[in-house]
Amino acid sequence: MGLRTFKKGGVHPDENKFSANAPIQSADIPKQVSIPLGQHIGAPANAIVQKGDTVKVGQLIAEPNGFVSANIHSSVSGTVNKIDTVIDASGFKRPAVIIDVEGDEWLENIDRSADIIADVKLSKEEIVEKIKSSGIVGLGGATFPSHIKLTPPPGKKAEVLLINGVECEPYLTADHRIMLEKGEETVIGVSILMKGAGVSKAYIGIENNKPDAIAHLKNICKKYKGIEVVPLKVQYPQGGEKQLIDAVIRREVPSGALPIEVGAVVQNVGTAFAVYEAVQKNKPLFERVVTVTGKKLEKPSNFLVRIGTSTQQLIDAAGGLPQDTGKVVSGGPMMGKALSMLDIPVTKGSSGVLIFSESESKRRKMEPCIRCGKCVGVCPMGLEPYLLANQTEQKMWEQLETDSVMDCIECGSCMYTCPADRPLLDFIRLGKGTVGKIMRSRN
Amino acid sequence: MSKLLNVSPSPHVAGSYSVQKIMYGVVFALMPTLAASVYFFGFGAIIVTLVSVISCVLFEFLIQKYILKSEVKIYDGSAVLTGLILAFNLPSNLPVWIIILGAFFAIAVGKMSFGGLGQNVFNPAIAGRVFLLISFPVQMTSWPKPMGFATKYVDAITGATPLGKMKEGIMNSQSVSDIMMQLPSQIDNFLGYMGGSMGEVSAIALLLGFAYMLLRKIITWHIPVTIFATVFVFQGVLNIVDSATYAPPVFHLLTGGLMLGAIFMATDMVTSPMTHKGMVIYSIGIGVITVLIRNFGAYPEGISFAILIMNAIVPIINKYAKPKRFGEVINNG
Repeated sequence: MGLRTFKKGGVHPDENKFSANAPIQSADIPKQVSIPLGQHIGAPANAIVQKGDTVKVGQLIAEPNGFVSANIHSSVSGTVNKIDTVIDASGFKRPAVIIDVEGDEWLENIDRSADIIADVKLSKEEIVEKIKSSGIVGLGGATFPSHIKLTPPPGKKAEVLLINGVECEPYLTADHRIMLEKGEETVIGVSILMKGAGVSKAYIGIENNKPDAIAHLKNICKKYKGIEVVPLKVQYPQGGEKQLIDAVIRREVPSGALPIEVGAVVQNVGTAFAVYEAVQKNKPLFERVVTVTGKKLEKPSNFLVRIGTSTQQLIDAAGGLPQDTGKVVSGGPMMGKALSMLDIPVTKGSSGVLIFSESESKRRKMEPCIRCGKCVGVCPMGLEPYLLANQTEQKMWEQLETDSVMDCIECGSCMYTCPADRPLLDFIRLGKGTVGKIMRSRN
Repeated sequence: MSKLLNVSPSPHVAGSYSVQKIMYGVVFALMPTLAASVYFFGFGAIIVTLVSVISCVLFEFLIQKYILKSEVKIYDGSAVLTGLILAFNLPSNLPVWIIILGAFFAIAVGKMSFGGLGQNVFNPAIAGRVFLLISFPVQMTSWPKPMGFATKYVDAITGATPLGKMKEGIMNSQSVSDIMMQLPSQIDNFLGYMGGSMGEVSAIALLLGFAYMLLRKIITWHIPVTIFATVFVFQGVLNIVDSATYAPPVFHLLTGGLMLGAIFMATDMVTSPMTHKGMVIYSIGIGVITVLIRNFGAYPEGISFAILIMNAIVPIINKYAKPKRFGEVINNG
């Protein structure tokens, strides 16, 4: 009692955080990596290397293509084998740079020492520029380029920075391990982000199923001005930006607006750590922590993985694919994407690899809707999922728009809770896509 | 790779609710009431319950298999539940053939004619009960006295319900306090020592079931509590205005089918509103109509009619009682 959480809806699935006690291990550098050019929201980057070029670890290999886009750096040293398309987690073929690995030679200007540098020398503008040039995007999974969040549109002002350490998705423990093992660095990263956003107050929201992380960061934050740890009640989808803002500072981001509308900037703890490395260590974003887990997996683990490593290699390192595997998911169980094959590369947005057995991976048979209203009760956005699904089924696009289908954050709480196992979110996604198209064609 | 992976959109996990679990959860919540019925009305309660449940399930099976030629879904528990609730709305001495007729109306007309589970507008059990009440008014209002296993199924000693006596007394210009003297005490009403439909008499058994359903999160508090509050307030105002003609609110809460109706019939998911706001509107309607019928109508009891009337309005309530959207009203204090 007494712990804060968001006020509307939510569910509490079984947490199954098997890898919570597994320290972060560096995964082996693969023989070849496929680095997709579209690892962020927005347009894929343009490759600036060619077949036969030699690259070093941390070298820029692709530049942004448009405003919402991000730099991409090589995660390995070696020779560019080809620039081709590979299938990524979305299931589509996307352009990627494929590099044959030779040795592990880093750019000289990257500080590879373990020393912690707390003193931030860069100015606000330099920080934002550094984050941009280091190719940092939201590592929670949404992969929105971080520097854009730090540069609010004209007329808007950031007042407070919220750091997302809730890791509300079941199974995932990558952020948890980062907070425990890289706590100091993460908090310095938070102070860098505060300076970059021009705010004097930051809150780190952590769900209270991670008491060790809460205690550890609270202790570290004593040394840093204006950073406060806020323990939160376990409730999914607390990691959603709007839910986190509601939970921590009790402000409601208006429908269709961004967090900056209420003066908030939200970043993930993993992102804060990456920002620390970029700004203090001159290390661009080319590796990330990935949780590899599952009920039947031999060694649920947290790996520090070079971007572009194949999922297969991570599963092998965690004990190999169990016999009765039915589904492999990239991301969390509530919002992750099911992979169609295992050589799909890890990208900046890959927070986890989940292995589900055959029996866990089958959807239950759909029953008729009994109109229990539980989907309405759990919707964190105050929508009526049953209605949106029905309207989509009947192609009632105008009513869908009136009933705020575009507010849906696709958290999946409705479908998770539905006693009749109706594919509510499948329908809502379809409706949202269609309504979005109609709205765009209007102007 | 040797085998193919399953691919589906998220979410990849599902909660533990299922239609079957919910239906049998409600059935389980009705067990204290079943026990109380048997305790007060003996073998008659067992006979009526068995006949009602078996015939509801049988009619559903026959209709699904031979008329609709669809998948037989009698195991989802919804027909069992309808049968149980129908039985609890009947006197414990009702002849078997009348029960079977009621079960037929409930399942065939009340439920399957609309398209089966999830499609019906009216609560099937209440539809069956009201059909019987209108068709067989004598048999449906001869209430055996609660004498446990001494209560006979055939030729039982019958009497009126407290609500019936109240209505009759008021019609004969007796004052409420005089009538109350001849009725069982409020404690007896709470425990269930009174005439009535077999499942409605014991308030305590029904409240136990309510607590269980709340605990298991099968239903929310909104519908039952709002009905109780509405009846209490409306009847309370009437009672304050003229205590000689209008009985005290606690009497109305504990007698008749109010508890059974508010906890188990009005909360039927299929026929009640989807949003909490809608549930409150719907429940106020049920409470108001019940008090109106009981005090000013021809029947001594009105909760069944109240629920049926409000069932008909549910689609309109669903259309207008929208939940408050997140971010709809900018509220940054």
